[in-house]
Amino acid sequence: MTIGVLALQGDAREHTAALADLGEGSRPVRTPGDLDGLSGLVLPGGESTTLSMLLESSGLFDPLSGALRAGLPAFGTCAGMILLASTVLDGRSDQRRFGMIDLTVRRNGYGRQAASFEKELSVSGFDSPVPAVFIRAPVVETVGPDVDVLACLDGARPVLCRQGRVLVSAFHPELTSDRRLHRMFVAMTKTEC
Amino acid sequence: MSDGPERGAVDHGPDRSGSDALSTPGTADGVAVTGTLTVKRGLADMLRGGVIMDVVDAEQAKVAEDAGAVAVMALERVPSDIRRDGGVARMSDPEMIEGIQQAVTIPVMAKARIGHFAEAQVLASLGVDYIDESEVLTPADEAHHIDKWTFEIPFVCGATTLGEALRRISEGACLIRSKGEAGTGNIVEAVRHLRSILGDVRRITQADPAEQYAWAKQLAAPIDLVREIAATGRLPVPLFCAGGIATPADASLVMQLGAEAVFVGSGIFKSADPARRASAIVEATAHYADAALVAKVSTGLGEAMAGQEIASLEVHLADRGW
Repeated sequence: MTIGVLALQGDAREHTAALADLGEGSRPVRTPGDLDGLSGLVLPGGESTTLSMLLESSGLFDPLSGALRAGLPAFGTCAGMILLASTVLDGRSDQRRFGMIDLTVRRNGYGRQAASFEKELSVSGFDSPVPAVFIRAPVVETVGPDVDVLACLDGARPVLCRQGRVLVSAFHPELTSDRRLHRMFVAMTKTEC
Repeated sequence: MSDGPERGAVDHGPDRSGSDALSTPGTADGVAVTGTLTVKRGLADMLRGGVIMDVVDAEQAKVAEDAGAVAVMALERVPSDIRRDGGVARMSDPEMIEGIQQAVTIPVMAKARIGHFAEAQVLASLGVDYIDESEVLTPADEAHHIDKWTFEIPFVCGATTLGEALRRISEGACLIRSKGEAGTGNIVEAVRHLRSILGDVRRITQADPAEQYAWAKQLAAPIDLVREIAATGRLPVPLFCAGGIATPADASLVMQLGAEAVFVGSGIFKSADPARRASAIVEATAHYADAALVAKVSTGLGEAMAGQEIASLEVHLADRGW
């Protein structure tokens, strides 16, 4: 069993390197055949509208949706969070999403690139803050009752959430050298639900 | 913790990384810092594996977004028209850039003339997501490029060689693209530039410390950047390809050569069926190693843009830049 990294577009390489730092092998996922035998899937940062189209054209969307519904653990960062959310605002009308975590997210909710930022963030259960890099990041507007909020920006806006076997962040842990969130996800792939 | 491939780890300019703020201990969350190197290079990382398309109006921008572009480059005339019309090519009218910003949800880039920091300031004030200090426009300064460290908006710059790429990075560029020869529909120059840049990157990984100084001297580039390449085996910022991409197979070629994403200028909107060609180039870039898929998306695309032999050109845009 190995972790897959969705590699249609975006920063898959940084996720692969983060998993390798933890001694976890991974493989790129570009076609439906790449889904066989995965223990988890990382959905990287990238452009969510482009990823939505490429998921459709590659034939990955439906089998991946089935695998997620059957319990495949998933970790989505930024665009990956948008793809996993149940409701997307300010997206394209034809933009698809997996609806695996009960969140309403607004694309580019913080604004254009000039508003992109980094910040130290307190995470529930961690004894020190994680460095968080937000790039044209999505804003979480509403959170469903079954979602655990693990970190908030300024104590208000959820930016790291978990529901069952799905973990999402509005920021990019893969762009830093802090591996704690990837470690959390790897642990999720190794425990029975 | 391993540093891994983290690009923000080595800072080459004035300290804008925000690392001081981030390392300050304290119980409350840290201060939000904008315009850091990690944030600027990070947007380029998010564009990897994608296609950035030149557009001249909101309608073309929508065609590009519909086809799956990861970003658009707003400019007044595509390079082949600049080449045909001659005259001085400048930054676009802000009204046109704002129209494109309103038309699409993906990042919007725009071009400033080489050395024209006032044009770059205007583009920054418009809130564009990336500024291209571009040889496709007529240079405003024959000796100096823009000091890109002074901007919170990231810059992309063209390069023909590794030395040129490293000089741009030392000035603050957060993304490098091959120059190719824009507006020709001829991929040969982009291939030359990618092979030159990536070939020298590979050679530097074999250089011992004494040889690294010779490389820095030969490339007219900072030794720190040469050392970083020797250690990591790659350019300190992402390397995309621009200049001459006209077909899905062109995109596959440059991605296989080591480009991490592609810019397509005249190649889309000067072809017979822009929407279809745009979508085909997006697919071929994402699945660049899958020849059967490239064959499928290349089928029945209609006429590509008319191409030009490099020897027939009066102006070589790639020669601009210092």
